[in-house]
Amino acid sequence: MSETITLPERSIEKETTTLNLGPTHPATHGVFQNILELDGERIMSSVSTVGYIHRAFEKIAERRPLYQITPLTDRLNYCSSPINNMGWHITCEKLLDLKLPKRVDYMRVIIMELARISDHLICNSIVGVDSGAYSGFLYLMQFRELIYEIYEEICGSRLTTTIGRIGGFERNFTPKAWEKLDQFLDEKHGYPAQLREFENLFTRNRIFMDRTIGCGPISAERAMNYGFTGPNLRASGVDYDVRVHTPYSSYDDFEFTIPVGSTGDCYDRFLVRNQEMWQSLSIIKQAYQKVQQFKGAEAEVYHADAPAYYLPPKEDVYTKMEALIYHFKIVMGEAEMPVGEVYSSVEGANGELGFYLISDGGRTPYRLHFRRPCFIYYQAFQELVTGGMLSDAVITMSSLNLIAGEMDA
Amino acid sequence: MSLTNEIIQQRLIEKFGDQVSNMEAPYGMLTFRVPSDMNLKVMQFLYDDPQLKFQFLTDLQAVHYPQNLGAELAVVYHLHNLTDNIRIRFKIFVPISKPDVFSATALYQSANFMERETFDFYGVNFLGHPNLIRILNVDEMDYFPMRKEFPLEDQSRIDKDDDMFGR
Repeated sequence: MSETITLPERSIEKETTTLNLGPTHPATHGVFQNILELDGERIMSSVSTVGYIHRAFEKIAERRPLYQITPLTDRLNYCSSPINNMGWHITCEKLLDLKLPKRVDYMRVIIMELARISDHLICNSIVGVDSGAYSGFLYLMQFRELIYEIYEEICGSRLTTTIGRIGGFERNFTPKAWEKLDQFLDEKHGYPAQLREFENLFTRNRIFMDRTIGCGPISAERAMNYGFTGPNLRASGVDYDVRVHTPYSSYDDFEFTIPVGSTGDCYDRFLVRNQEMWQSLSIIKQAYQKVQQFKGAEAEVYHADAPAYYLPPKEDVYTKMEALIYHFKIVMGEAEMPVGEVYSSVEGANGELGFYLISDGGRTPYRLHFRRPCFIYYQAFQELVTGGMLSDAVITMSSLNLIAGEMDA
Repeated sequence: MSLTNEIIQQRLIEKFGDQVSNMEAPYGMLTFRVPSDMNLKVMQFLYDDPQLKFQFLTDLQAVHYPQNLGAELAVVYHLHNLTDNIRIRFKIFVPISKPDVFSATALYQSANFMERETFDFYGVNFLGHPNLIRILNVDEMDYFPMRKEFPLEDQSRIDKDDDMFGR
């Protein structure tokens, strides 16, 4: 006995579900909105909306002297602000044609690699959290705290660091900073031991592997076409790293390898980031040794001899005429600015962070554009998740290391 | 590194003659200017040529020069050859009254968001873009905020005198 069920006409409008993932959602780690069209749990299409925290940095920068732009760069990728600060200072130094002492370069390398570690550890442990493993996150988080304490010793702030000056650092590293760095690098109780523990928990973990292998993959060709840079591009097999291709801050003095993946899926991205943390640790150790080799007066050098651009120490401003004049000129933006246009990039924690600066000789940039890596590669998200499961979209998003502050500028 | 600025310059002049102008290399990066309707042809040539292979679009943005009458908006492309590791930059200028530029999205997927951003802030109309809508600003906005006619400070303020310290 069979009976056909006849539904009233138009009682089912469509067979798919629309799901609003974001803008505020515990699984998106930032202000991202994705309108997903779901067939059951499978994603049919996705539309991304960005710009919820747009703060018009490029417009603001057109009215600010160079020094006042540094705090804006903090707020791009706030997981690794020192790299942004250094990138901006390096851009200014390129425009102003300043040469830095080697010691300053090495000190910068230490700070930048610490920032890379702090960024990668957040990203990788969040991939763990999103796939249901919370403990790795807690293990690594205490070392981010230690990194922040090192920043604090050097520049006084933690998250939005505004670290360094054009031409160097604001002060020499204190003995306390070196001590904390020793603590961080300690093989037994420091970060290497903890990272090894973290890898033991994840890398060959069957559940984690099943969860991430083949999830959100992208081929090298597509990744390049989509403008991927950084660990995400390297995970798909392209060995492009700004530190090697266009060395800045004396990166060519260091020995390190660029880890690459093959399939560009979440697991490869995870492995590439983990390997990069080991490479960063090795770079920090090398830089540490190189800095320690400076003796006598050289060991006190922490900035370039560029009085017209390097903000003088406050005690000099109160006691020395020249320092007061330079201080006034720099703070009021009256320092000589050459006319020119310069593009300079650094290897940010999530890709090539570029600064395109056009100067017309005025007190502020005529135009400043930030090449924000995750703004550019976020457009691939749609392609990465379509056809996959909803839960895969969540870990794909966290493994891409998207930072809303950077994306929205 | 086998590819140099001189070779690129020579290849471009061979192919496009005097349509490629204002060749210079500020801070070592080859920079040139092409007519506004030629941008796609130049990019396609740079992309396809087996020697040049500029297959990575690093960045794309606009600049507003209000004094440059008839060519107020510049669109700047930064291209990168990852094999030989060399970057170039080229510019096109369009009038602000008719800011039409051919879209690079067919060549580089990455141009999608970058062109939307450029449209959002400068109003450059990218012809052939699949979805040219605002990206960072609200959809209801009816002006292009990065143009120079919109100063940052509130215009109603009279306590700030800019005569002393430039813009």
